[in-house]
Amino acid sequence: MSDIQMIEAVEKYILGEMNPDERLYFEQLRKTNPEVDQLVVEHTLFLQQINRFGEWKNFKSTLHETHTDLSEKNQINSDKLQGKAKVVYLWNRYKRVASIAAIIAGVTTLSVVAITNLLLPKADNDQVTQIKREFRDLKKDNQSFSKKLSDVEKSIPKIQPGTPITGGTGFMIDAKGYLITNAHVVKNGKSILVEDNKGEQFVAEIVKLDAAKDIAILKINDKDFKPLNAIPYTIKKSSTDVAEPIFTLGFPRNDIVYSEGYLSAKTGFNGDTLSCQLGIAVNPGNSGGPVFNKKGEVIGILSTKEKQAEGVAFAIQSKYIHLAIDELKKDTAYRNLKTSSYSSIGNLERAEQFKRIQDYVYLIKNY
Amino acid sequence: VKQETNETALLKGLARSEKKAIETIYKENYNMVHSLVLNNNGTPDDAKDVFQEAMIVLYEKTRSGNFELNCLIKTYLYSICRRLWLKRLQQLNRYSNQVESLEETVPVEEELEKHERIDSDFVVMEKSINSLGEPCKSLIEAYYLKKQNMQDIADNFGYTNADNAKTQKYKCMMRLKKLFFSQYKNGNGS
Repeated sequence: MSDIQMIEAVEKYILGEMNPDERLYFEQLRKTNPEVDQLVVEHTLFLQQINRFGEWKNFKSTLHETHTDLSEKNQINSDKLQGKAKVVYLWNRYKRVASIAAIIAGVTTLSVVAITNLLLPKADNDQVTQIKREFRDLKKDNQSFSKKLSDVEKSIPKIQPGTPITGGTGFMIDAKGYLITNAHVVKNGKSILVEDNKGEQFVAEIVKLDAAKDIAILKINDKDFKPLNAIPYTIKKSSTDVAEPIFTLGFPRNDIVYSEGYLSAKTGFNGDTLSCQLGIAVNPGNSGGPVFNKKGEVIGILSTKEKQAEGVAFAIQSKYIHLAIDELKKDTAYRNLKTSSYSSIGNLERAEQFKRIQDYVYLIKNY
Repeated sequence: VKQETNETALLKGLARSEKKAIETIYKENYNMVHSLVLNNNGTPDDAKDVFQEAMIVLYEKTRSGNFELNCLIKTYLYSICRRLWLKRLQQLNRYSNQVESLEETVPVEEELEKHERIDSDFVVMEKSINSLGEPCKSLIEAYYLKKQNMQDIADNFGYTNADNAKTQKYKCMMRLKKLFFSQYKNGNGS
């Protein structure tokens, strides 16, 4: 029997189109020949899948038709916003942009007025010479100032122009210089500086960015950076019990800040399984910081807080750190990345734990 | 009691994909989802996508054998849409403040996970069919999806008789099966 005849028979059998004799013969064949049996099983699954796929496609197009139909008859809200609704929608959407634009416009207008007043004095000979002299003095001042500035620059070579667009916290996962933080902390920047607890800055680059999980891994890429001693904490693989006390370290301001709380739920905002809920008071800038349990194991990355309630925050569960690291290690360039498998601070007092951990938590500035 | 029987009838209609039932459910619930999405940073197109996906979840649910809805259709659809929209916002990183929730909701996590699994099976099938090339693609669609009979297919595709069309269809189907199972097994085995 050829392949095609075989499959034709199988299909007839599945659809129940065989006459009793054929059926009996085929069932006998199925019992004695495992290959035929396998073919029947496989084909049943295939037919089931393609049938359901067909139904799904038809249902989708029915939905689409229904939508167009109802919206034409005005029985549901239309896709195109009209009149007042459109204004409200656009306003909601662009109010931030609009207010920023308004501020910029205001500042520009004021400074133009100020500069015009300064630069266009009434022509008066005495005053003109005066201004000239002053300008010479200014120039001299300026030169000495720029010399000072270049001295300062030499002492802090890596200073970045401007102010960071975003900032947050990150912490070491490998003492060779790998840090982990939130994707939203480092997104959209041109360059990243990380600053340790002593105020030393290093240049870092993103080696992995997962916006969906809100995880980013950075690598310090700086000749001044010396690998640290072994990391004193490990990253927990299993989940933590509700009500266990937790603490975090972060940089909501320029000094490292310690805060403590407890794990309040195993899932995050609205049952999100990616994260867990914490009862802890945190501030902007804590984003990306490590969340430790009392044994000094990392149980998550602090990521968001609830706007409408104080003291409620959410952390990305630590198992996703492991997942992110495992994914990164598939790239041969990062195969030697290794997290600490042992927490050496488990039995220490909290103040002592803090001391050991603080050198591995970094302020992250995104320019 | 009347509302309950009404709801059951609607769901039964939906399971048979009756146009009337779909239209009624659509009419009664769409505007609620529309305002949910638009009040939370979304566009009308987003609202349509989210609502239609929720309708598919409900449809799949009504078609599974042990079907039971423990709440009103309205509550169910709202819960699904809310969850879907939150996820979408998070992916787009537009997730800033909490999505307002005035309506009652029920937990839907598990069902959405199941839905995602089924959805990925469909994606595999769609990809496989699309990579078949012509005339196989149209032939398969005509027979398996539009359920046309062999004689019509032979006429439309210009085969001399139904048997020729049938042989061609089996050849195409075997290629499709190979394509489908290679990806289906890969996707589900690991």
